[in-house]
Amino acid sequence: MTKKIYVARSPRIAARMLGEEMLVMSARESTLFTLNPTATILWKAADGDTPLDEIVERRICSEFEVNPEDALQDAEALAEDLAKHGILLISEQPITRAGALVQPAQPEFAPR
Amino acid sequence: MSVLLQEMSERALRLGVPLSVQLDITYRCNEQCVHCYLDHNDHGEMTTVEIKRLLREMADAGVFILTLSGGEIFMRKDFFEILECAREYTFCVKLKTNAVLIREAQAARLRELGVQSVQISIYSHRPEVHDAITKIPGSLCRSINAIRFLKSQGLRVILANVLMSVNMQDHHGVRTLAEELGADYTLDPTITPMMDGDRSILQLNAGESALRELFRDEAYVGNAEEFCAPPPPPDESSMGSLPCSAGHTACYVSPYGEFYPCVQFPLSCGNVRQQPFLDIWRNSPQLREVRAIRLRDLSSCSQCAHGSTCTRCPGLAFSEGNMRGPSMLDCEKSYARTGIPSQNLLAQKGKPSPARLVQIQIVPAIMGGRLSAISSAPSAA
Repeated sequence: MTKKIYVARSPRIAARMLGEEMLVMSARESTLFTLNPTATILWKAADGDTPLDEIVERRICSEFEVNPEDALQDAEALAEDLAKHGILLISEQPITRAGALVQPAQPEFAPR
Repeated sequence: MSVLLQEMSERALRLGVPLSVQLDITYRCNEQCVHCYLDHNDHGEMTTVEIKRLLREMADAGVFILTLSGGEIFMRKDFFEILECAREYTFCVKLKTNAVLIREAQAARLRELGVQSVQISIYSHRPEVHDAITKIPGSLCRSINAIRFLKSQGLRVILANVLMSVNMQDHHGVRTLAEELGADYTLDPTITPMMDGDRSILQLNAGESALRELFRDEAYVGNAEEFCAPPPPPDESSMGSLPCSAGHTACYVSPYGEFYPCVQFPLSCGNVRQQPFLDIWRNSPQLREVRAIRLRDLSSCSQCAHGSTCTRCPGLAFSEGNMRGPSMLDCEKSYARTGIPSQNLLAQKGKPSPARLVQIQIVPAIMGGRLSAISSAPSAA
């Protein structure tokens, strides 16, 4: 049986939705990133408690027409990439601390 | 500014999002700097509960970069509670402080909380000069110790060097100090009026010859010949350009909840104690007026040779009497840079300098950090 992977938002990053994209600033690298819609879904769902395969099944496969195995492989690669930049934490155990990060509601903005 | 951040700013502008806010959490301070424009007495700061509610409102409004400043931020006993709350809302938090109260424990906590940068005011590498400006003996030593604590935690530290006549010769020393400490360096040669309109501290500003020398220092401006070259005439694009981010993607909130377009723009647009943050941002008539300003609308500046390159600050112009009028401090900078007098300087010749202006007669009022890189246009945060 494959080991479960847990992902959590790093407590040392800053993040905010701007339009359709997620802005993420890594304090470690002082670098600004933008996440595409798939990465944004993964980042938002990364509560430290939900295994990555469940996130892919519930949040990604339900949203996009993708093969679940391919989607999981892509998600694992994406999670590793985000972890390299200090944006996500990855563990084989549930990660509790980062789950405290609050994601505020975003208002509707009318373009000026 | 990075290309990506520039793109984000443009997107925020299109969407009407307040991407960046400076929040001064107190005007109280443990230093008494000679050039400071603040009234350091507490006239009714927002409570912890009020600030936490404001943070929630700002996060909901889409604010991403949050600069906490003052006054001295560590004078608030609830500073870390405020910071923890700000980080729970995933703001990109930048701090402005004199760092005198930062020790190992505070530095470690700042790192744990994922603060993006800590900007520290340093006036000179020489204690006798720095301490004379802050009026606190030993303050330079304490600030430098704090910088070492912060750097040992791997935090990004920026030394902010406000320049005036008394420390004008020391910028290379402070820059070298920054390099030795592994910190970034920024300088600002502009002293602005007191919050009550008293302009006497403007006498501390460095003179034109000192500015001219600074603007030709390639350590700061890159190619000096290019930087000081006569400006090209303003074209249609610059006529329609925005003066800065104030009120467009950035704003400022005082410790008393007053909402302004920028820390240097003392035009009250509302109070977050009485009105939701987003409501003020979207509906304030004052902000609409600020947002309508374009170079072509400025009677004197639109005819000026410096129109396309001037760093004219609408907030300083407002302080001089008219947000669509000149900012003489910027006219003087343009002159020092290029040797070409601005339209406003030519018109001003022979006239007395601006009289004492009362920007805000009763508290709450504005103020806070106002340091910016020498070569950048005035901007909030």
